[in-house]
Amino acid sequence: MKNILKTGLIAGAFSAVSTTALAESLDAQVNAIFASITSPFVNFMFAPVPFTDNFPWIVMWLVVAAAVFTLYFGFVQFRFFKHAISLVKGDYSDPNDAGEVSHFQALATALSGTVGLGNIAGVAVAVGIGGPGATFWMIMAGLMGMAAKFTECTLGVKYRNEYDDGTVSGGPMYYLSKGFKELGLPGGKFLAILFSIFCILGALGGGNMFQANQAHAQIVGVVGDFPGWITGLVFAIIVFIVIVGGVKSIARVTEKVVPFMGVMYVGAALIILAVNYDQITWAFGQIFGGAFTGLGVAGGFVGALIQGFKRAAFSNEAGIGSAAIAHSAVKTKEPITEGFVSLLEPFIDTVVICTMTALVITISGQLMVDPETGLYMVNEAGKIATIGNTSGVSLTSAAFGSAISWFPFILAIAVVLFAFSTMISWSYYGLKAWTYLFGEGKRTELVFKAIFCLFIIVGASASLGPVIDFSDAALFAMAIPNVIGLYFLMKVVKAEFNSYVSRLESGEIKKFKA
Amino acid sequence: MTVKIVVGIDGHETGSRAIDYGKRMAGLIGDCELLVAYIIEWSPYSFQTQEENAERHKRREEEIATAKERIIDPAVKALVDAGVKARGIVRHGNVADALDAICVEEKGDQIIVSRSSQGGIAKRIFGSSTANLVMGASVPVTVVG
Repeated sequence: MKNILKTGLIAGAFSAVSTTALAESLDAQVNAIFASITSPFVNFMFAPVPFTDNFPWIVMWLVVAAAVFTLYFGFVQFRFFKHAISLVKGDYSDPNDAGEVSHFQALATALSGTVGLGNIAGVAVAVGIGGPGATFWMIMAGLMGMAAKFTECTLGVKYRNEYDDGTVSGGPMYYLSKGFKELGLPGGKFLAILFSIFCILGALGGGNMFQANQAHAQIVGVVGDFPGWITGLVFAIIVFIVIVGGVKSIARVTEKVVPFMGVMYVGAALIILAVNYDQITWAFGQIFGGAFTGLGVAGGFVGALIQGFKRAAFSNEAGIGSAAIAHSAVKTKEPITEGFVSLLEPFIDTVVICTMTALVITISGQLMVDPETGLYMVNEAGKIATIGNTSGVSLTSAAFGSAISWFPFILAIAVVLFAFSTMISWSYYGLKAWTYLFGEGKRTELVFKAIFCLFIIVGASASLGPVIDFSDAALFAMAIPNVIGLYFLMKVVKAEFNSYVSRLESGEIKKFKA
Repeated sequence: MTVKIVVGIDGHETGSRAIDYGKRMAGLIGDCELLVAYIIEWSPYSFQTQEENAERHKRREEEIATAKERIIDPAVKALVDAGVKARGIVRHGNVADALDAICVEEKGDQIIVSRSSQGGIAKRIFGSSTANLVMGASVPVTVVG
């Protein structure tokens, strides 16, 4: 089997070389068709707020929501940060529940779906367009997003479905329909259906095409140029084997290797920062300076702000609703505890990992500065000019490579693994939305899985621009029904919150571990 | 007062040696209950896929049922048939910690386990469950060779 696969791949690669021109034109065709189909949707999602300087309404939508939840829950992300860590450590876990999904496992699984290319490529896109100042807004969005995550994940556990066979399903589609019904509100089912449709698109976009696209870009950066559909096909076959063939061992290995890669990535970033410790103050100066002045980037400080907010939302998915699906399997009698745990997710993802990437890119000197004015040099595409004209994941790779020459190889492996694990996670989110719409059943599931694999090939073949636009648009669209639902259901979370906090303070809820 | 002895078994032949020894001890003591325990190795800090999480509760129940049916129930039945007072317990967790926890909860007087069936590199790095139990247990531990 192995040999057949190997021979097939080699033969495929050779025939690909001989028909490079044809293949490239295939890529171009896929790209053109894809861009023309998706542009109306993308244009609608990123339409600017009236009377603003091109500020997309959907970004404003998410930021306002995160701010509302932050205020409504009295800065829960800061007040209960320590408690969240205590919960993850298992201090409050009942020993009789051993063998069930722990808070740590729910968080780790959710993180494996969010930590990935958004942290590596997405940050590079943000910094490449919005300058280092985008980092400041990214951190702000990450900190506020913690409250949004808290709200949606509490609801995800509270309104999950627990089936007779012992399996669980949760997520916005369930809390929108069940929660609204409980409160006697109309429209819950409609919002749930809308969410499911957008979730499927998000799974195919950000959770699939963007991943395939950037994984291909990274592989090309290391081994040289070759058509994207080859990477797409290989990825599609492996994902197909896992999600259709049920070869769980591949997914299991990835789940174990990805956290290791994540730690290694942060470790490498810390080493680079330690070596260049004298520039850290300067880098933070660029981040704060750029946050309010833009330092010459297109769109000024608003440009930096939009990019920061956009990429933070794309990376940590707070308010998007996907995490509510991931966190809902935890074993707990108190849904709010998973809300507390989930607020660590944007912190780890955005405040820690994204900031590391941004600092390394800034310090590496890959972004070209005009020596006379001290402002960033902007190219004709409106992006900051970089050494070697890199963008996205290749910019991050070049930044790490400028300090540790062999790191791009490690990064290439990490990117491929991150992309793969994110795809597996999103195939699950997409499937849950799909089965919510079309019902459970082997045949309906197979249809979605086949579509999912097909989109991997499209994603790897298309160029970054249209893919990233569609991925953003699809992912953000999920936030429309989700956030509307959260506004109506946040009082349910508040009631849970008040009850839990009073019992925690009275000592009724005790630690099991000393 | 009834003396309670926790007997840890791992489903291998080595585990039955621990049961044999426990049986002999129970005979010598007289008023004695054997708590036959099987621990399903599990860590709350392991990494799982979305699907594994969704199915975890179901799997846990299946694991407990299988362990009871294949390992614990036959062992307990054999002891009861031989006139020894015995009870079965199945838990998830770290073997050493869980056996000790059972002993503390049940106010056990002693733990009997067999020598480790684990070998190789894992044993060298992490130490065997038996060795960990001996080092951390709250009551005397007898290791049957």
